[in-house]
Amino acid sequence: MIDVILKIALTLFSLTIAISFYRVAKGPSMPDRIVGLDTIGVNLLSMVAIISILFGTKAYLEVILILGILSFIGTIAFSKFLERGVIIERKSNR
Amino acid sequence: MKMNNVILKTTTQVVFFIIFLFSIHIFLAGHFAPGGGFVGGLLTASALVLLLLTYDLKTVKNLLPINYMTLTAVGLLLALGTASLSAFFGEAFFMHYFDHFNIPLLGDTELHTAMIFDLGVYFVVVGVTMIIIQSIGGDE
Repeated sequence: MIDVILKIALTLFSLTIAISFYRVAKGPSMPDRIVGLDTIGVNLLSMVAIISILFGTKAYLEVILILGILSFIGTIAFSKFLERGVIIERKSNR
Repeated sequence: MKMNNVILKTTTQVVFFIIFLFSIHIFLAGHFAPGGGFVGGLLTASALVLLLLTYDLKTVKNLLPINYMTLTAVGLLLALGTASLSAFFGEAFFMHYFDHFNIPLLGDTELHTAMIFDLGVYFVVVGVTMIIIQSIGGDE
């Protein structure tokens, strides 16, 4: 019973990733693609959680946190590049 | 143009410590669970990259005055020292030792010399990643 529900959830999440990938590939502007990639990251994280329930293992729980951290840092780096043109500044003018 | 990114700075001040603690947890869990020196080092480097993204190169250098070349050298020295320790006792190269100790707060704990080798890997990974990112990102 729960296996069927989890597999349905996996299918829906992969559908979400496919729709987000359409936005990444087609998106007219650069921020559209960045938001699409962030959405793909969050949905991938949920898929890892469901797969770890399906396999009955706790070994994948670190993957979820690491994916969240990396997606966060990647999105910040992309948006800073769009906003200022540089990712790491040499010296800020505060 | 002057940008006031107070949300990013406040978020970084909280999230940096969470990522750093998680990297130490991953590093210590490496013997019995997924993790280890490599992933822990990469996570620590990503926490430092988050600091570099939020502030600038000079502020981070003032905040954490670490020479990453020295850190890489210390890591390599730790790995080599642990590997050659057993050679001095007349045993095979890379022989590891472990024993159970009674530590006051933790109770019965298994300490292993492979941990020191892992610490060397951790230092090398952090050092090399930060050298690459700082020398690429610091260009005008």
